[in-house]
Amino acid sequence: MSPILFELLLRSIWETILMTGASGLVSLVFGLPLGLALVATDRGGIAENLWVNRILGAIINGFRSVPFIILLVALIPVTRLIVGTSIGTWAAIVPLSIAATPYYARIAEVSLREVDLGLIEAARAMGGNRWTIIREVLVPEALPGIVAGFTVTLVTLVGASAMAGAIGAGGLGDLAIRYGYQRFETSVMVAVVVVLIVLVCGIQWIGDRLVARLDHRA
Amino acid sequence: MNQHVTAELADQVRIQPTGPDDVVRLVGLKRRFGATAALDGVSLTVRKGEILGLIGRSGAGKSTLIRCLNGLERSDSGEVFIEGREISRLNERELRPLRRRIGMVFQHFNLLSAKTVEDNVALPLKIEGRPRAERMARAAELLQLVGLSEKAKAYPASLSGGQKQRVGIARALAASPALLLSDEATSALDPETTRSILALLKDINSRLGLTILLITHEMEVIRSIADRVAVIDAGRIVEEGAVWQVFSNPKSTITSSLLGGIRPQLPPEIASQLAAGAGSETILRIDVAGEAARRPLLSELGASVPGPFRLVHGGIDHVQQQPVGTLFVALPGSDAAHLAAAIAFLKDRDARVEVLGHVADPV
Repeated sequence: MSPILFELLLRSIWETILMTGASGLVSLVFGLPLGLALVATDRGGIAENLWVNRILGAIINGFRSVPFIILLVALIPVTRLIVGTSIGTWAAIVPLSIAATPYYARIAEVSLREVDLGLIEAARAMGGNRWTIIREVLVPEALPGIVAGFTVTLVTLVGASAMAGAIGAGGLGDLAIRYGYQRFETSVMVAVVVVLIVLVCGIQWIGDRLVARLDHRA
Repeated sequence: MNQHVTAELADQVRIQPTGPDDVVRLVGLKRRFGATAALDGVSLTVRKGEILGLIGRSGAGKSTLIRCLNGLERSDSGEVFIEGREISRLNERELRPLRRRIGMVFQHFNLLSAKTVEDNVALPLKIEGRPRAERMARAAELLQLVGLSEKAKAYPASLSGGQKQRVGIARALAASPALLLSDEATSALDPETTRSILALLKDINSRLGLTILLITHEMEVIRSIADRVAVIDAGRIVEEGAVWQVFSNPKSTITSSLLGGIRPQLPPEIASQLAAGAGSETILRIDVAGEAARRPLLSELGASVPGPFRLVHGGIDHVQQQPVGTLFVALPGSDAAHLAAAIAFLKDRDARVEVLGHVADPV
């Protein structure tokens, strides 16, 4: 591999990490409260409100049912509004975040829903309010699942970021298509695949270690 | 008078003016779930410093009742007084300070798996907004009380069932409540652990003077630690009184059936031979309690009413330091005068006597 290609590879790795990390962070910041809202407003939840629940659910399902490549193009005006441009790595972070947030919200919802209702009752019996229940019961008890779900979301984002090449965002997927596939640079293709495997394994390993440390259930 | 009116009257008779010693007073509490009445006019008083056991079968309304006391469950009608204050119409915000006055222990412990034992115990104080140093000091004190000081930094998953319930009890006591509610606290535990948890509750009751309302489906629990018992069935209190009195003289069939497991019963091979007519022997059931059970009843019977009789089955138990006995005695079936004299003698000695029937051959 030539030094120029190697430099390109390094830049692509950084772009992929940047896209995955930034959109992952956004999905965590917005997806977790959204997941909490879904559980809290559901029937028997701590802030039962079926109308809010249904509307939230419908919006999330709407975003989740659009294929990412379509979302990438359809969100161009929104991207331009937020980032100022519709091309490049930062521009790709907008659709990636918007796709990952409802995805992560559903994953967080599943973990939060698994928290034993008896624990919520115990917190209520102690005189705890909703905020106490969220802070002391729901989130800490669901934390292993919340972290494991975040790991899954990050790995999915590594894959989704490959498509962001379509709007000139760069990244490993873009590199593999343009150099590895279209220019028959097999070494680039192999390097990209190896880097992706290492990246995904690394994310998964860190996630698993974190879950093991957080999980005191058994 | 129909049964409904009788029940209404019974409720009214039970209503007493709120005394300063009543921690809980329920008046005509009702709660329906769809077509079924979980609580169908419950009136009940828990006095300061006592252990009141509420017993009933599954679905009798026990859990609904206990949850009405801290507002986890809403009643449709009726009144709930906690320390003299009516709470059944308070909203969630108004209920919170009240809930801090009431500790609750659960069947499945409900400990937070993500918190250490000491943080679990200190949680009620954290909810109250107390500083960390104070919370940890109180947690250490309570863990000492329940004998788990060395487990302070452990997570609940590493504890046995009995240890988990000790943590649950310590947590319930953290905010120094005026009332402890125990929701089947020993139902998930083995018999030996059950005994140690009950002993702990009794110890807390006598040492701290804490009022305890415990619900259970096991008479053994009532017998071990309760001062008074209330029997609930189909959402109604069907019987209420001092434990030893209810044990010695149950008024309702539900109570008798709940007592079945721990009071002497006529062995089935004898019960199956009982006939109404005549036979070679007559089987009597004699119930004695309190003073009547302290007297040499059987030897007096032999001396006063000459003739053979034999003890078939039975025993004397001690409930709340009171002897409570049930004896099954066989007398010759041929001599009606002898039988009548024996019954008259026993009744004169404050025993309750019931002729169960006759058996053809001696058993």
